[in-house]
Amino acid sequence: MTEALGRRRPFQGLTWGAVLLEGRAFFALLAIFIVFTILAPQSFPTLSNIIVMCQQVSVYAILSIGMLVVIMDGGIDLSVGSTLGLSGMVAGLALQGFPVGGVILYPPVWVVVILAVAAGALVGLLNGVLVARLNVAPFVATLGTMYVIRGLAQLTTNGLTVNNLSGKPELGNTGFEWLGFNSLLGIPIGVWIMVVVSIVASLLLSRTVYGRWLYAQGGNRRAAELSGVPVRKVSVRAYVIAGVCAAIAGVILTSELTSAGPTQGTSYELTAIAAVVIGGASLFGGTGNVRGTLLGAFVIGFLAAGLTIVGVSVYVQTVFTGAVIVLAVLLNSIQLRSRRPKPTSTPIAPPPAGGGTGDAEAEPATAGSAG
Amino acid sequence: MNGQTREPAGERPVLSARDIVKNYGGVRALKGVNFDVYPGTVTTLFGENGAGKSTLMKILSGVEKPTSGSIILDGEEVEFADTNDARDHGISIIHQELSLSPNISVRDNLFMGRELSRAGRVDDKEQERRSREVLAELGVQIAPRTKVSELRLGEQQLVEIARALLADSRILIMDEPTSALSANEVGILFRVIDDLTAKGVAIVYISHHLEEALQVTDHAVVLRDGAMTAKAAAADIDLEWIIRHMVGENYDLGSPPDGYEFGPVALDVQGLSVADPKEPARMLVDRLSLQVREGEIVCIYGLMGAGRTEMLEAVAGRRPSVGGTVHVRGGEITHLSLRDRLASGLGLVPEDRQRDGLVQTMSVGRNISLANVSTFVKGLFVSRGKERAHIDDAIRDVHVKTDGGGAPIGSLSGGNQQKVVIGKIVSTGPKVLLLDEPTRGIDVGAKAEVFKLVAARAREGLAVVYSTSEVGECLSIAHRIVVMARGRIVAEFGPDTPKEQIMAASGEAVVAA
Repeated sequence: MTEALGRRRPFQGLTWGAVLLEGRAFFALLAIFIVFTILAPQSFPTLSNIIVMCQQVSVYAILSIGMLVVIMDGGIDLSVGSTLGLSGMVAGLALQGFPVGGVILYPPVWVVVILAVAAGALVGLLNGVLVARLNVAPFVATLGTMYVIRGLAQLTTNGLTVNNLSGKPELGNTGFEWLGFNSLLGIPIGVWIMVVVSIVASLLLSRTVYGRWLYAQGGNRRAAELSGVPVRKVSVRAYVIAGVCAAIAGVILTSELTSAGPTQGTSYELTAIAAVVIGGASLFGGTGNVRGTLLGAFVIGFLAAGLTIVGVSVYVQTVFTGAVIVLAVLLNSIQLRSRRPKPTSTPIAPPPAGGGTGDAEAEPATAGSAG
Repeated sequence: MNGQTREPAGERPVLSARDIVKNYGGVRALKGVNFDVYPGTVTTLFGENGAGKSTLMKILSGVEKPTSGSIILDGEEVEFADTNDARDHGISIIHQELSLSPNISVRDNLFMGRELSRAGRVDDKEQERRSREVLAELGVQIAPRTKVSELRLGEQQLVEIARALLADSRILIMDEPTSALSANEVGILFRVIDDLTAKGVAIVYISHHLEEALQVTDHAVVLRDGAMTAKAAAADIDLEWIIRHMVGENYDLGSPPDGYEFGPVALDVQGLSVADPKEPARMLVDRLSLQVREGEIVCIYGLMGAGRTEMLEAVAGRRPSVGGTVHVRGGEITHLSLRDRLASGLGLVPEDRQRDGLVQTMSVGRNISLANVSTFVKGLFVSRGKERAHIDDAIRDVHVKTDGGGAPIGSLSGGNQQKVVIGKIVSTGPKVLLLDEPTRGIDVGAKAEVFKLVAARAREGLAVVYSTSEVGECLSIAHRIVVMARGRIVAEFGPDTPKEQIMAASGEAVVAA
């Protein structure tokens, strides 16, 4: 978990139990894959189904990576589902054009995407300022913004869905569907974006100063502050990253659905939290990585898709998803317990030659004498 | 049982541990220890960190089970299921870490887990009466209904002790009971210990404060590396004997570094004031001025609550000040943030290394490099080569005993953890180093190493402010000793001042047991 410098022999002393525990998200995914391959050999393990499943997962995965950054800081962001919805609305409305002084301006698609992402970043900035500068508890602050942002998304159209996202060639704003429908080398654009976001986030966390600061202040904020880490700035940026990720997910989802609905992404924040937890991150902060979170998102996504394919009802699916989350948290706490530091001795002086009870200078009588 | 005498000869031990072995995974924490406790006496367990003292006490009080060996209580072999079971057998422990709930009252804490009830309801009145009684016995003025969070650390420790007294134990284990107590409170505790032993209670005492422990104890038992190395009656031994058996060789903490000239003033604090956040009219630090020159080591001596920590935190930018200025090498830093003060050469090693010094989720190496990590950037990323070189240098420089930079921070002993915290700050190349009780809870050997480190840096021109509540430390390290009381500097001494004089200046009565 901690990418230690001076890597210690990775497999020495590892039991099978420890390997299973460390790689639990991976093994869970493997197990899900094997089980559904057996249950539905015709439909589950096909290339086309896998591609469809990956495309579904990509939205959740991008959202979860943003959530991971906030959770590693020791916070939480309940507003990402709403942010996803708002960004979709921003994109949808921007494609309808802005009336400026009697004429309607139609921004090109890349401007639309930038506007949507900027909206997400702004929501993140609001969350970050509330949490890190104004010291509102993350849960409460983002619970509040969750409602506010959802309300704003609905106000834009009074709750109506924006359906016409194709644009017109003569207006120069076509191509928005490209994100959700097209493929590159047989792989959907959404999946490519997920890959890019993952790589960027992974490098950010493991190789940059920002990542190091995030791990440090998530682990012990006071110690990080005394070591010169600009803790507030790092926290604000964490929420901005979460907002940007939510917006990217929102743009992809809107493009896939070819409609922008103000209720899009409702309760997605909970799925994102679940993916992060299944991926092994601690809600107390300081631990976690992108690889684990990705696996977590895939576990949830593949489980849901597999259950649908074998014809299990939505209600049963919900029960399964919940059980997986509880199991993941249970394993996290087992792992935490087994990692508890063991007492070690300080070898300052060589041990005494005798080693046993040593010199008894005033050995009291023990046996035979009744007190 | 004959409880009046403090001579064990002929007495039967009330509690014996025989051939106790305790393994944690591959680590053998105890290697066949024999340990006896006699009624009506105090037995002190001496040993460095990691020697196995706390492990042995955990076994005697039912917190942990031995890997092998037996515990004999009143001549019968017993096995404790848990701490409650041990308490039912008359064995109580006062833990080193406080185990009170801060959000509820002193009274409710005292009776937690064994509430007195009448007609199915908690008998608050009776609990309050008994709380009052036991607190009076301890000579402290705490209302039973005060919330624990409103008490000072020392007072909380006294509540912890009161709780153990209420249990009416025959055997009372005290693990570092005085670490947060003032000299006055220590005096009270020692009086209570005398009362208890007079009643026939057996006391097992653990303390890093060797002199203090020697004062109160009847027997001394020394542990080293999980084995008992010596035991003796207190009357037959002295401090030097204890240290010799603890460390295995003669250890001298030495004297302040000399043979060089101090440079110009490096740290200049003028009229610094810090207000009590709970009571803004009260000053924790009151118009304090202090100058420290390059190469000089100044000790700030004082009791708990004298304002030492608050002063250092305000100088470092951790705590807001309400007045005064701070200059480092002539440049004013009063309005800079903690981060900017660190960058301009002022580093603080905090008092509580677990809470403020270390990131437990990171490796030894990453803890060391944390304060410097932004200087290793190459392009967008942290250069692994530069970072590794920095870590290796720092580990060598401050003599951290570790398997390497990748080892988890929790695998180090307390002393080595402290060296990591010091190494982290020192490697930023500070001009002024503030050390707040850097030797708290670390053993004699590590203490000597910390002193050597500080002395070597001072020789190179580092100005050091060293806060401590142990006079002996001041005399071994400081060029100048500044005594603080109630937020002010009340006296200043040279390095050859008698201990008593320094202690008297702090308002500390010399402890009489």
